[in-house]
Amino acid sequence: MSLNGSESVNLLTVKNLSVQIERKLIIENLSFELAAGEKLSVLGPNGAGKTILLRALLRLAPYSGEINWAPDVRIGYVPQKLEADRHLALTYRDLFAAKCKTINVPANDIARIGESVGLTKEMLETPVGHLSGGQFQRGLIAFALIGQPNVLLLDEPTASIDEPGEEHIYELISRLEDQFGLASIMVSHDLSFVYRYATKVLCLNKRSVCIGSPQVALSPEVLKNLYGESYAYYEHTHA
Amino acid sequence: MTTQEIYATVLALLTALAAGLVGSFAQMKRMSLAGDVISHVALPGLGLALLFGINPLIGAAVALSLGTLLIWHLQKGGTLTTDVAIGVIFTAALAIGTLVTPSEDLIEALFGGFQNLTLPAFLVGILLILVILIYIYTSRHKLILRIFSPELAAATGINVSRVDLYFLLVFSTTVLLGLRFLGALLVGALIIVPAAIGRQVTNTLSSFLTASALAGVVSVAGGLVITHYYPSLTIQTVTINLALGPTVISVATLLFMFSFLRKKI
Repeated sequence: MSLNGSESVNLLTVKNLSVQIERKLIIENLSFELAAGEKLSVLGPNGAGKTILLRALLRLAPYSGEINWAPDVRIGYVPQKLEADRHLALTYRDLFAAKCKTINVPANDIARIGESVGLTKEMLETPVGHLSGGQFQRGLIAFALIGQPNVLLLDEPTASIDEPGEEHIYELISRLEDQFGLASIMVSHDLSFVYRYATKVLCLNKRSVCIGSPQVALSPEVLKNLYGESYAYYEHTHA
Repeated sequence: MTTQEIYATVLALLTALAAGLVGSFAQMKRMSLAGDVISHVALPGLGLALLFGINPLIGAAVALSLGTLLIWHLQKGGTLTTDVAIGVIFTAALAIGTLVTPSEDLIEALFGGFQNLTLPAFLVGILLILVILIYIYTSRHKLILRIFSPELAAATGINVSRVDLYFLLVFSTTVLLGLRFLGALLVGALIIVPAAIGRQVTNTLSSFLTASALAGVVSVAGGLVITHYYPSLTIQTVTINLALGPTVISVATLLFMFSFLRKKI
């Protein structure tokens, strides 16, 4: 997907972004930037507006303020918790081919993209509802990689899988980002991942609570402000 | 068989093929029931056209177009009351349709029947079927992505609302084509049941589409053959008239039961 924008130094420049849905202010006056190759993690409690932020960046939610993507940006999107209908007669091969046709890219490297996320030929031909949670999620990541994106938007990509699988998905995403030189904006609840892989962090609670490198921006005060009572858990994860 | 009977037979079989394909996507979109009630909205149009001496299919087409726009608008709103609104509006359409349809035409309007077809009507029918088949072929990729996830489809650059509207219009066109021989009450079943059969016996998209189209054609062919050779059945002292619409849907239901049992066994 390509969106027109005016800034060329950064992949993305957001200025004074506000999102209001059904008269409720979800995001207020948010500004940040994303440079090429940068890995931005978005943190915040439930209802802080993280998913809405990604939807606004994709122009899927109404907003005011400025969202300027670089002219050559190609976005891959991995949505949060997508429940596949178990009875659906669709395989990832069908879905990948459908995306290739829709965005006009050749469909000859579907198998290679599947392989890059660890999906075998057999898995590509299995109805999506019959795949395990981890396989399904890998398929969504592969779907995002079609069209050679230079930025990935990921909304809690491990929300629907168990803990060991979660680690594999994080490692996979990090490897793909390095392999293809991708920038990313990832909504995540996992602070240990943020400390290990993110180059920049944005703490969101309607407004921007912090922005910067994880080591500097995520001070104990900021975490307490962000998560309140559940802060102890995050502090433990960090330690 | 007269030429006009051949026209009617060919159009009925091609309509069944289109209904199988449209029904497959409708089933994946989980709009089988919503689609079924769309067909009921044709009835007030049919009834009013008969009342005023206009071609009943023109009345049905106008009513279906209005119903399609209404259901699209309700879907777009995405409110929790959509199901309720659809239920109320379309059962009301059935009630009003029954009231305004002249009683001598009511049974045929509800359950259809075999009618000869003139060449111009046949050509219009063929044109509509071509429109449906071309739409399904050219838009199948967008439809697939929209069915899998409206959000991912939108993020891929697809205008989801437009895809929904076009699909509803194609659905209504299929209803209009089937209305002539199946009636307002049964035409929805020609879209739903063959797709249900196809899904029972297949596991991939292409085989699902093929099996659904085939099940539609076999159901209509079976209904045509049975009603041609046995227009009525006498059991002891009771004579039953085998009308085309109910016979077609009975054949389809029987096929569904076989497919269901085959899957279970």
